[in-house]
Amino acid sequence: MQARLLEYEMKDLFRGELVRFTAEEPEFRARQEARWARDTEFHRLADSDPAQLYSDKKIKEWIEKNFEDGFKPGRYSFSIRALEDDKLIGFLGLWLNLIHSEVWVGIGIGERDYWGKGYGTDAMKLCLRYSFMDLGAQRVSLGVHAYNPRAFRAYEKAGFRLEGRTRQDIMREGKRTDSLWMGILREEWIQMQNGEQR
Amino acid sequence: MFDIATQLFEGTDIRFGPIDYDKDPEVESRWTHNAEFMRMYDVNPARPLAAVMVKKQYEKLEKKMEEEKNLYHFMIRAKADDRLIGTAEIQRIEWTNSNGQIRIGIGSTEDRCKGYGTQALQMLLRFAFAELNLFRVSANVPEYNEGALALLRKFHFVEEVRRRQALDRDGRRWDLLVFGLLRDEWRGQAQPAASRDEVPAPSADEVSALSGDEGA
Repeated sequence: MQARLLEYEMKDLFRGELVRFTAEEPEFRARQEARWARDTEFHRLADSDPAQLYSDKKIKEWIEKNFEDGFKPGRYSFSIRALEDDKLIGFLGLWLNLIHSEVWVGIGIGERDYWGKGYGTDAMKLCLRYSFMDLGAQRVSLGVHAYNPRAFRAYEKAGFRLEGRTRQDIMREGKRTDSLWMGILREEWIQMQNGEQR
Repeated sequence: MFDIATQLFEGTDIRFGPIDYDKDPEVESRWTHNAEFMRMYDVNPARPLAAVMVKKQYEKLEKKMEEEKNLYHFMIRAKADDRLIGTAEIQRIEWTNSNGQIRIGIGSTEDRCKGYGTQALQMLLRFAFAELNLFRVSANVPEYNEGALALLRKFHFVEEVRRRQALDRDGRRWDLLVFGLLRDEWRGQAQPAASRDEVPAPSADEVSALSGDEGA
């Protein structure tokens, strides 16, 4: 038997408790993202590539090109705004594998004042709702650095489970650290929703 | 002493070589018509390719090798008659993190159970650790690929991640396993039997492919 939602209620897919998903004017978005990229702590929490600096202009061109390439059924990206003050605080990207109905997610909260206050958790909850309810995902996956426990806890709160760690996967500051891999299945997410509704 | 005299691309029964644009496309085209092989080799849907399409893929592959410099791809050939028996590659190399993903396929049924996969993996690991200076390599394998699982365990790869129900095939979902091997673990181990005679009788159908490539 396929797990089903006990009560079906059409929810606003783009609005959570603390954040909403938006699309921004490319110029404004590029300016914010270029500013976040200069924060190397943010970069190293979010990514495993070396920190790199690109101009507003270049970032804007990427955003525009993505849009001009047209609808791609496997690629979704959102900006994240805080509901409280409508400030642009981060971004979220989804890669849907249409063959295996799996979504990979990447998220970044670039505004440091909004770290550790539940905004990332809320954005991940929205992301799961969107992935399971709109994209038809059977599972959602992500990777996180072992040195980023704040993100790990946020993902756990949203419903992700740890599925393993690739040992000494990356190198930062001359030290090797593990990468953690997490996933949540459709059934698990639906059970969470049913539990919350009861 | 540097052991630079031992050839990186020469094994006991096999060798690594570059693509042969005249002969290889036809052989690899035959492999792509074997759905069983393709489902072991790739998590993307199996689809047959004509030789001319395989040739185009080779061109794209070599362009990628040249431009992105994070991919090493070898054709596995039998030393005896130089025929193509498989492919071996290290992909998605992150140079600043010294890691990469390995992938091996033995294309035709008659070349399985002969220890070619073992020899190819042995050569590929030496290349990864002693030539590319990687610190670790990973391999992604669907849980149903028993040949690949046996081969990795022979080389003491550690099962690190079980991505639950990540694959959809034959009307059900399967786990995708991620294995890892560190340079020190590779250095410490006695080399597994490489020659034909020493290879133990394969319990499952010996490796046809070691992979689970997820595409880009």
